[in-house]
Amino acid sequence: MRNRQELLKSVEQSSLRETPLKFEVGDTVDVHTRILEGDKERIQVFNGVVIGTCGGGTRESFTVRRIVAGQGVERSFPVHSPKVAEVVVLRHARVRRAKLFYLRDRVGKATRLRERRAKVGEVEATVKK
Amino acid sequence: MPVGLLGRKIGMTQVYIEAGIVVPVTVLELGPCPVMQVRTVDRDGYEAVQLGFGDKPRRLATKAERGHVAEINSKRRRSRAEAGVELLAKADCEPQRYVREFRTDGEDHGLEVGQVLTVTQFAETSHVDVIGTSKGRGTAGVMKRHNFAGQRATHGVKKVHRHGGSIGQSADPSRVLKGTKMAGQYGNSQITMRNLKVIRVVEEEGLLLVKGAVPGVTGGYVIVRSTNKMG
Repeated sequence: MRNRQELLKSVEQSSLRETPLKFEVGDTVDVHTRILEGDKERIQVFNGVVIGTCGGGTRESFTVRRIVAGQGVERSFPVHSPKVAEVVVLRHARVRRAKLFYLRDRVGKATRLRERRAKVGEVEATVKK
Repeated sequence: MPVGLLGRKIGMTQVYIEAGIVVPVTVLELGPCPVMQVRTVDRDGYEAVQLGFGDKPRRLATKAERGHVAEINSKRRRSRAEAGVELLAKADCEPQRYVREFRTDGEDHGLEVGQVLTVTQFAETSHVDVIGTSKGRGTAGVMKRHNFAGQRATHGVKKVHRHGGSIGQSADPSRVLKGTKMAGQYGNSQITMRNLKVIRVVEEEGLLLVKGAVPGVTGGYVIVRSTNKMG
């Protein structure tokens, strides 16, 4: 009898992203999602701070928070969904916890995170103009 | 049409299919299932194929189980051979843990004893029925067993919060109607999930992915057959 967990893993493997997304909690990111408009596909960008990741395997997801017109907006993306085309890291931040839910209670300047330089081997932050 | 297969439930997960749609799936490990016996109208009065799943260690198998799958040169078999009785072919495999028959009345399945069936036979199938034994819940009350609403927590309800209420009238009919829903054994019964969509067939691993849930515990035995339900 073969191991059940290993068999499940082998099934999930086919649904996982081939090249894992590279970002960390606290990063400011642009999430590029594929959207079907009529029969045309276009890319929509959601910009914000990654405030946490959740789950594992095919169910792994991450939450991005941004402020739109003074109103906090959070959107969760499944990490392994083919609809998520790309995640571009704009800047890194030094954070001390895995979930940045405290940002929800903050407004304005208090939502800033201390920036840090990219670690060795980490993707170079692309500067947004 | 595939006869069917035996296997066990591996567990549930979710996979992405094309266009980024995520589907909840149950992973089933099916086969390899040796054909242990082919029943015929002439000999047995009905047509069926007997399949097995999972090797049983010989030390755990009874002599009958071993003799069913392989030649063990018993005294009875020798004497029957001498008497000129036609002996049944043996599958020549290990004794099997899980043995079930699939009725094949009037069907030309073309299977022979000893042949080994794998999940490949479901490669063309779009929907299947899955039969399993549901999780046993022991003696359960009506709220769990029949989804009764129970009674209120307060407002004078005394010690009957999870009771079912009345089970019938008084003078007429003066008895409880048959089939009235009451507390009792719940689960641990054979359940058939019909018309489950086949999402994927992983031939090299012998896995079948069906959409949705399948009765029973993970690791429990299941019977899978192509569905006869249309639409």
